[in-house]
Amino acid sequence: MQIRSPEFKANSVKALSDAQLQKALGNVRAGFIDKRKKAVDALPEFDALRENGKAIKDHTLANLDLYLENYEAQVKAAGGHVHWAETAEDARRIILDLCASRGVKTVTKGKSMISEEIALNDALEAAGVRPVETDLGEYIIQLRGEHPSHIIAPAVHLNKEQIEADFRRVHTHLPADRELVEHEKLLTEARAVLREQYFKADLGITGANFLVAETGSSIIVTNEGNGDLTQILPRIHVVVASIEKVVPTLEDAAQILRLLARSATGQDMSVYTTISTGGRREGDPDGPDEYHVVLLDNGRSSMLGTEFQEMLRCIRCGACMNHCPVYHAVGGHAYGWVYPGPMGAVLTPSLIGVDKGGHLPNASTFCGRCESVCPMKIPLPKMMRHWREREFERGLNPAAARYGLKAWAFFARRPSLYRFFASLGIPVLSAAGGAKHRFSWLPFAGGWTKYRELPAPEGRTFLQQWAQREAKKQEPVR
Amino acid sequence: MQHQSTKRPTVGLFVTCLVDLFRPSVGFAAVKLIEEAGCTVDVPMTQTCCGQPAYNSGDREDTREIAKATIAAFEEFDYVVAPSGSCTGMLKKHYPALFAGDPAWESRAAEFSKKVHELVSFLADEMKVEGVTAKLTATATYHDSCSGLRELGIHDQPRKLLASVEGLKIAEMQEADVCCGFGGTFCVKYSDISNAIVTKKTANIETAGADMLLAGDLGCLMNMAGKLKRDGSSIEVRHVAEVLAGMTDQPPIGGAN
Ligand code: SF4
Repeated sequence: MQIRSPEFKANSVKALSDAQLQKALGNVRAGFIDKRKKAVDALPEFDALRENGKAIKDHTLANLDLYLENYEAQVKAAGGHVHWAETAEDARRIILDLCASRGVKTVTKGKSMISEEIALNDALEAAGVRPVETDLGEYIIQLRGEHPSHIIAPAVHLNKEQIEADFRRVHTHLPADRELVEHEKLLTEARAVLREQYFKADLGITGANFLVAETGSSIIVTNEGNGDLTQILPRIHVVVASIEKVVPTLEDAAQILRLLARSATGQDMSVYTTISTGGRREGDPDGPDEYHVVLLDNGRSSMLGTEFQEMLRCIRCGACMNHCPVYHAVGGHAYGWVYPGPMGAVLTPSLIGVDKGGHLPNASTFCGRCESVCPMKIPLPKMMRHWREREFERGLNPAAARYGLKAWAFFARRPSLYRFFASLGIPVLSAAGGAKHRFSWLPFAGGWTKYRELPAPEGRTFLQQWAQREAKKQEPVR
Repeated sequence: MQHQSTKRPTVGLFVTCLVDLFRPSVGFAAVKLIEEAGCTVDVPMTQTCCGQPAYNSGDREDTREIAKATIAAFEEFDYVVAPSGSCTGMLKKHYPALFAGDPAWESRAAEFSKKVHELVSFLADEMKVEGVTAKLTATATYHDSCSGLRELGIHDQPRKLLASVEGLKIAEMQEADVCCGFGGTFCVKYSDISNAIVTKKTANIETAGADMLLAGDLGCLMNMAGKLKRDGSSIEVRHVAEVLAGMTDQPPIGGAN
């Protein structure tokens, strides 16, 4: 996927004037926030669960090598194969080699953000393999040649009418005058179309919400059941997952599952929670002949031991973006790469470099709503600030901003100079504000006055007035 | 209600740079409220800003220097009080983080942090103020500024004290806890996004049916007032301290219409 994060500003201006997008984004606010709140309020131990989930992940990350080795051994014991991929390139090559050596023509895919991260669909197509997305949202954006705009609701940027038009454009084998207005009808049609694909596929790819070290299992949660069909029907099942998905035990996974669906969609549990361990064994009624896991690092291990390690606790629930005012305003595509919203603002610079992803951690008001809802208690604003520090150290922010900041800091560090200049400048500015007590335009304040009036200072500064008041008190009484 | 000890507790008022420069009347309202709660107030002249512009721009070195000067200026007081959730959050939560591992300053920052309070929560929680004597005939809506709400847990305190203002009605807005789009330098660096956020906020303010908007942070207030005034709204915008202190003779923030 092409990186467009450096154009975040231009992307966001475009997004703000896109009426269809703005309408669709209204659904994020309405659809996710209330449902999550209801689910969380109904569970008194939710906060204790969060602490627990955090502790599980912190422990795992502190012993990541151990648990990954354990996991690998258990996958092998269950008859599966583990492939280690240091980079996105490595992961693509491993999967393409599997396809080539096994004569794979069609691949069905469950929802996987890692597959987006390694740009797998493009690579498959270039190699003559047809990828078919089976998650409804992913299927829709595949039809449109787009990328997900949300990590759990990939097509949340679209309205129903747009989807209807796409279905009519692509499903030309169906009667043109069919009814397609209701959600139900769209869903049924997509199901019927996809159902045929499951049987054609030679290989099925799923992501993983968890990898369980104790059993060598991978766990996915879905609401459509498409993941099950993707991994059971083809002869080969490939799991692509990043290394931080591992947890020690099934019980640990179960603990975090209680947080996941509640935080994501406000459900107690997703409709399907599917555990797969190895391929089909003797006597099993169904299942793939081969079971492979591609374990992707792609820069994550270099986050360990740094101020960004806590980001690796993320379980991709999407709550942070669902509650983010910036995400609500511009949507996911403006972020310019795979991961949007607050989690993307921290993760993207780690994965593509802060020189390219630098806008993302800056485009935040630090309102803290993301951190307050994050089930894994990830201090997202703090880590965005750490990115700003790295940028500042490397001199990556614009020169004008740096000089402005330095000039301001010069005075902020010299109280008497600061007081002196403020006492001169502020009354002048106040007088200039006139009877309206505000400015519609001021030199150097264009960023402010483009959209708002600038309230004028009242008059003399507080410190000026206070000093005078105190001096008066000191005057000897005659 | 008066503080029970014989000696009146001393409070150093951290005015905040925005109040100092733009709205001194908030500072005087704070002084009045703190004195009425039974404390002695002083204002160290060596204060400037809490350092957030540098801190949030990634400039740790300048932030540390500003923080050291602030801590030194206020160490002598029993309490440090600021009429802003955001600056209080900086002093109370972020100063200790800035000096973590610094042998000379870590414990000083931690001790300092314990004394720091946001004005309204200081009155309600520390001084156990149950009500104020102010009167005002108006219907107000209250915006929960982000740092105050989420870093300091300020939500009920301003509502409780506002409820004691004779003649004042409170009309809650939708999404009172959602950011107004100010975000310090964010509002000029990403002015288009900031505008989209504040537009939603002012729509919620308008539909609340209030004739006055109150909040505890001047940055947010100037942002919301600026937007309301640009759109020709007649809603008066004030800092909550002005109303609690009964000091509303100054023109509202951004002027009347
Ligand atoms: S950062 Fe937290 S809230 Fe955001 S997706 Fe990850 S776990 Fe969910």
